[in-house]
Amino acid sequence: MRALRLYLVQRVTAAIMVPLVFLHLALILYAVQGGLSAEEILGRTQGSMLWAFIYGLFVLCASFHVSIGLTNILQEWTKLSRIWAANIAHSFAFIVMLLGFRAVYAVVW
Amino acid sequence: MPMNVYTQSLDVSVWRGTASGGSFEHFSVPRQESQTILDVVTWIQQNAEPRLTYRFACRVGMCGSCAMTVNGVPRWTCRTHVDKVSDGGKLKIEPLANMPVIKDLACDMSEFFEKWQKAKSLFTPTKSRDDPMESIDPASPERVAASAGIECINCGICYAACDTVRWNEEYLGPAALNRAWTLANDERDGGWAERLTAVSQHGGCHSCRSHQSCEAHCPNELNPAGSIAGLKRLSVSAYLKGELK
Repeated sequence: MRALRLYLVQRVTAAIMVPLVFLHLALILYAVQGGLSAEEILGRTQGSMLWAFIYGLFVLCASFHVSIGLTNILQEWTKLSRIWAANIAHSFAFIVMLLGFRAVYAVVW
Repeated sequence: MPMNVYTQSLDVSVWRGTASGGSFEHFSVPRQESQTILDVVTWIQQNAEPRLTYRFACRVGMCGSCAMTVNGVPRWTCRTHVDKVSDGGKLKIEPLANMPVIKDLACDMSEFFEKWQKAKSLFTPTKSRDDPMESIDPASPERVAASAGIECINCGICYAACDTVRWNEEYLGPAALNRAWTLANDERDGGWAERLTAVSQHGGCHSCRSHQSCEAHCPNELNPAGSIAGLKRLSVSAYLKGELK
């Protein structure tokens, strides 16, 4: 049932990301009102566990979603074996997760 | 319009060859009223090239054996009129895609049918001949769902049109999964657990990318993509209930 579990994880992470994407877009529109300065952004995010949770969840969901989707795309479009496609996709997703969490850490702490 | 008053000819390119390669051969075919693509291919074989290989049987859209690619689109040739598909009197006729060619326009459908078996798309009876006939309500939601998909004639057009079949050799394909969905909704069938397990593996219903080419090209206007979506829901629901391990 591995295929089914992967399908489920991809759909669940997509469902979580839909409201987060809209929240992120709305935040961009809101944030530019006061000018895009480092002080203004950090003033809102530093020390905020809410933003850490929201963007941490976003990064986590995106990483899992990317690793499953990219495995499928690589396997179907390049004819790589499932293991190789998964290795490449998981590596890419791991980098996405590292960079994402680094960015969350940088603006919250 | 009376018969045979057409004076123009059709410019027909027909793919000739085997699995190891081939090329297009051109034929000039007399245009006729109510002419089908199968009529064109048959005219070529009977009048111009007797070695041309193709497959057909019933000629009335029942058997599903005459499907070919016509001007780039998979079609049942016995029910496809030249009027509807010819591009200014030009026709390009090829074997179906996504299946190995045997010769000319005849392709090998073994894998297509083997995948039906992999999907466990065989009816599993739950009663013996000694039991009374089971009463089925034709208006029940399950029967309505089953009836919507049972007119498949196994022509392979959905399989040839499917991007996922082209990309993923494990993928069972729209026809086999549509059959699995009709059986999943058949109250008389007892093979659902084994079947649901089979279609939930790699290459099963969760591999469908929902491009809906199967629905767009099905000559019987079935909706295999809808059937596959139903299987996905059924599979996820059974898994969450702990019925699929």
